[in-house]
Amino acid sequence: MRKLRSPSVRESAAALTFLGPSLAGFLLFYLIPFGAVVYYSFVDTPIQGRFVGMDNYRQLWDSASFRKAFGNSLAFAGVGVPVLFAASLGLALLLNKAMPLRRTFRTLFLLPLVVPVASIALVWQALFHWEGAINGFAASAGADPVDWMNGRWSFAVMTAVYVWRNVGYNLVLFLAGLANIPAEQLEAASIDGAGPWRRFRSIVWPGLAPVSFFAVVMSIVSSFKVFRETYMVAGAYPHDAIYTLQHFMNNQFQSLDYPKLTSAAVLLALVIGAAVSILFRAERRAREASEG
Amino acid sequence: MKSAANRIAAAVKLPLLCLLAVIAIFPIVLTVTNAFMSEREIAHHYGALDGADADGGDAAAMPTDRVSIRLVPERATLKPFGDVLIFMPKFLLLFWNSVRLTLPIVALQTAVGTLAAYAFAKLRFPGRDKLFFLYLLTMLMPFQVTLVPNYIVAEKLGLLNSYGAIVWPGVFAAFGVFLMRQFVSGVPDAYLEAVRIDGAGPFRAFRYIVLPLVRPGMAALMLLAFVDNWNMVEQPLLFLTEPFRQPLSVYLARITEGERGVAFASSTLYMAPIVLLFLYGEDHLVEGIQRSGVKG
Repeated sequence: MRKLRSPSVRESAAALTFLGPSLAGFLLFYLIPFGAVVYYSFVDTPIQGRFVGMDNYRQLWDSASFRKAFGNSLAFAGVGVPVLFAASLGLALLLNKAMPLRRTFRTLFLLPLVVPVASIALVWQALFHWEGAINGFAASAGADPVDWMNGRWSFAVMTAVYVWRNVGYNLVLFLAGLANIPAEQLEAASIDGAGPWRRFRSIVWPGLAPVSFFAVVMSIVSSFKVFRETYMVAGAYPHDAIYTLQHFMNNQFQSLDYPKLTSAAVLLALVIGAAVSILFRAERRAREASEG
Repeated sequence: MKSAANRIAAAVKLPLLCLLAVIAIFPIVLTVTNAFMSEREIAHHYGALDGADADGGDAAAMPTDRVSIRLVPERATLKPFGDVLIFMPKFLLLFWNSVRLTLPIVALQTAVGTLAAYAFAKLRFPGRDKLFFLYLLTMLMPFQVTLVPNYIVAEKLGLLNSYGAIVWPGVFAAFGVFLMRQFVSGVPDAYLEAVRIDGAGPFRAFRYIVLPLVRPGMAALMLLAFVDNWNMVEQPLLFLTEPFRQPLSVYLARITEGERGVAFASSTLYMAPIVLLFLYGEDHLVEGIQRSGVKG
C-alpha cells in the first residue's frame, strides 16, 4: 500500500538532498537561461530591450540562410531517421536468431558509434573527394565521376554516414525488443498457418512499438549531430544541400546576433517538443491497442 | 520442414551480414592500418587530395591520379607513431585538453545523475513527475537549442573561453539522470521496504542497497558519456577561441594539416582509448542502451 501513502515531509526532504546538486545545475545551466532565451527572442536587444512581439521571428524567417538551414536539418531528420530505422530493424531481424558470430557482429556494428568523428573524417575525404577513391573506382569502371561533397549528392553521403554511425545503437534496441516477444506466440501463429509477413505484421511489429518509439526519438536527436561529420569533412561553409542549422547558429554566434539566435533556438525547441509529444501520443495509443 | 525460400534466406544471411560488417568497420580498419604506412607511401596513395602533381622526380612517391586505397602497407613502420608522440608536442597537448574536458564531465555527470535518479525513482515528493518530464524534454533538445542558453550563462558567470563553459553544462546534462533512473527503477521496492522496516532511512537505503546494485548502470553511463564527450565538436567550436585550448575532437585535422604522413597515426592514437574502453566494457554499454529503451 506504499503507493497510497502521501509523501512524508521527511521523504521530501531526503529527495531534495539527493536531487539538490542536479536540480541546482539544471536550473542554472538549462531551465533559467532558457527562460532568458525566450525573453530575448521577444525583445530587440538583450540590454534594456524593447518588446517587439514576433518581429524577431519574422526577421528570422525572412533570412534565406535560416530557411535553408532549418529546411535542411528537418529534411535530414525526415529522410535519415526512416532510412536508419529500416536499416537497423532489418539488421536486427537478420541477427535475431541464434547464429554463429552473433556477438561479434553486434560488436562490429557498434564500433562506428564510439569512433570520434575527427578520427574518421580523413577516410570520408579520401573516399568522397573529387579526386577520391570512389571516383577513382568509377573512372576505372568507365563511369563519370561525381562531385560527392559539392552537389546534391552530399545529402545522400551524409545520410549514409549517419546510418553508418548510428545503426548499432538502434540494432541493440531492436534486438532487445525482439527478445521480449514471446516465442510461443510466434510458434502458435506459425502452426495456425501465418506466413512470415503475417507474423511480422501482427505479432513482431506491435510488440516492437515501445522500442521503436524510443529508437525514433533517439535517432531524431542524433540526426542533429550530423553537423560534426559535415563540419569535419566539408568545413564551416559546405555545399547548400548540407548547410545545417548548426552552421547557421555558428554564424550567428560569430556576430552574436541575439534576436536570431534566441528566436531560432525557441523555434527549434517548439518543433522538437511537438514532434516528441506526437510520438509520445502515438506510442501510448499503440500500447493501449495491443493491451486492450 | 523447411521451404526452399527459407533455405535460400539462411544461405544468403551470413555472407550478407559479413559484407555489412565489413562496410561498418572498413573506415576504422583503414585508419589503423594506414597509420603504419611510411610517409612516402601515404604521399603516393593520398597525394591526389592535396592537388599534388604527378611530375615529381621520385617515382614511388608520385601520387596516383586519384586516391588509391590500400588496406595493407607495403612495409609497415612505427615511425608515424614516433613522429606524432615525439615531434608533435601539439598532439599531446590537445590530447591532454580532451582528457581535461572529458573526465570531469564523465565523473561528475555519473555522480550527480545517480543521486538525482534515486530521488526520481524511489522517493516521493511533490511535482516529481512534472519535473522529470522537463528533464526528459531537455535531454531531447539538440545543441542548436541548448547552446544558446549555455552561452548566456557562461557569459554571465564569466566562463567564456574557459573549460567551465563546456564542463558544467555537461555535468548537469539530463541524460545522466535519465539513464540512471532507468537502472535505479530496476531495484526491487521490496529490498528498500525491508531496510526501511529495519529502521534505515533513505540515506542508508541508498548507500547499502541502491548504490551496490546500480554499479553496472554507472559503468554504462560513464561509457556513453565518454563516447559522447570525447567526440565533442559543437561546444568547443563556440566556447573556446584559442587554438591550443581546443580538444582533439575539433582540432585534430588542423594540427596534421599538410602532414598527411602522420594524420592516420594521430587519428589512431586519438581513437584508441575510446575503442579499447568500448571493447572492454561493451556489455555495460549494450545494457545501457537496452535499459534506456525500456519504459521506466
